[in-house]
Amino acid sequence: MSEARKYPAPLTNPETKPFWDAAAQGKFMIKRCTACGEPHYFPRSICPFCFSDKTVWEEASGEASIYTFSLMRKSASGPYAIAYVTLKEGPSLQTNIVDCDIDRLKIGQKVKVVFKPTDGAPLPFFTPV
Amino acid sequence: MTIKGKAYVAGIYEHPTRHAPDKSTAQLHAEVAKGAIEDAGLTKADIDGYFCAGDAPGGAWPMVDYLGLKVRHIDSTDTGGCSYLIHLGHAAEAIAAGKCSIALITLAGKPRTGPMPPRAAGAEADFEAAYGATTHNAYGMCAMRHMHDYGTTSEQLAWIKVAASHHAQYNPHAMLKDVVTVEDVLNSPMISDPLHRMDCCVVTDGGGALVVTTPEIAKSLNKPLVRLIGQGEAMKGPRGGKDLDLTYSAGVWSGPRAFEEAGVTPKDIKYASIYDSFTITVLMQIEDLGFCRKGEGGKFVADGNLISGVGKLPFNTDGGGLCSNHPVNRGGMTKVIEAVRQLRGQAHPKVQVKNCDLAVAHGTGGLLGVRHAASTCILERV
Repeated sequence: MSEARKYPAPLTNPETKPFWDAAAQGKFMIKRCTACGEPHYFPRSICPFCFSDKTVWEEASGEASIYTFSLMRKSASGPYAIAYVTLKEGPSLQTNIVDCDIDRLKIGQKVKVVFKPTDGAPLPFFTPV
Repeated sequence: MTIKGKAYVAGIYEHPTRHAPDKSTAQLHAEVAKGAIEDAGLTKADIDGYFCAGDAPGGAWPMVDYLGLKVRHIDSTDTGGCSYLIHLGHAAEAIAAGKCSIALITLAGKPRTGPMPPRAAGAEADFEAAYGATTHNAYGMCAMRHMHDYGTTSEQLAWIKVAASHHAQYNPHAMLKDVVTVEDVLNSPMISDPLHRMDCCVVTDGGGALVVTTPEIAKSLNKPLVRLIGQGEAMKGPRGGKDLDLTYSAGVWSGPRAFEEAGVTPKDIKYASIYDSFTITVLMQIEDLGFCRKGEGGKFVADGNLISGVGKLPFNTDGGGLCSNHPVNRGGMTKVIEAVRQLRGQAHPKVQVKNCDLAVAHGTGGLLGVRHAASTCILERV
């Protein structure tokens, strides 16, 4: 079961520390560029689209839909669902779909962020709404 | 400037082993280097350029020392499994620029004997490493979305393995020599939905090498002449998560660049070596290179269309990574080698394409569903 998996603590670095500090407060952050207006994930200090350094942190809704997924059957800790989800705010990101019957997942399904503990900052996952 | 016709593949060698617990990785590099240099009719002292990727123990300079080379040009570009397809293009650039005249490219390793060292982490590590992306499920996610968007089926994907198995039966070195059916593929265990075990390539120890040289030297060697007339390379990743689309690869950029430089079109190609880490890899590359329209790859590969002597696009006539060999989990080297065999007329008679004068060798490296590179090489018999 995915619940039984132990997740590695993020190493974090000066560029991404605010993301992990917010995650500890239960907040899921993305970055938005104030020059071109585009949001992105994972967070960078310089916008990957227009290369402006005018990027700011923004709390995301945590609402998303499944873009694609695959059920990994060959795993010592049991099957798990790896996926890309597309946030309501726009960016897509890699994650696992957890706390559900993974055999019933569908592309387009609505999901929301859920944090799982590690020995350091908690990690974001997604679960069906 | 173009590399069109500026470099010839004079030597090729694929290690016959598929399991080498009794050899070192550096030793395998040396054995494939020796094989390719002898195939070209040259000697080690002739080599003045060396190309290798992340599989070479310690990188380029320890390998140059271990092999006892004296070179004036080195390149250790590492783009995973397509590194060697990029090296071929870079070797042609170096030769065209006069930086070297006889380049050696090697690949070798032993993933079947033991685990491979992990790749150094990228900037994305904290945001992705915990989710358990593997080759299987990264490609599984591509297949899942391709099926969703275009109606591609597991039966269509299975035809790619079936075609590879038809070719592998004639390769005495192939790891899997049995001809399989669509039903065999569908009945093999699910590894990562929707990919079955038989949708996956083999894991093999081994390696391969190429010797690339100038037109003048190639013509002095009394070997069939095969030259590079076009090469393109590109990279693709989630790039901040904007407009994610896992149904196409960086091949949509590397392919047109290579075809344009070569001055030919996919319709002109007689034989195609296409990276086959998984069946979905082949299907997406066939679309991305322009052999059919996006979304029509499933229909294109079905009913034996990739089988030499049967279909319109004979592919991977050595059995490919799906059945024969995928040394070091890096399939780009063997893609070039079988394309050169076809152009020389040295493929197995049962799979040799008639009048094979133009071939493509194409591959991706990294994870198609995460971030990857691609390289497309157009090769011509002179």
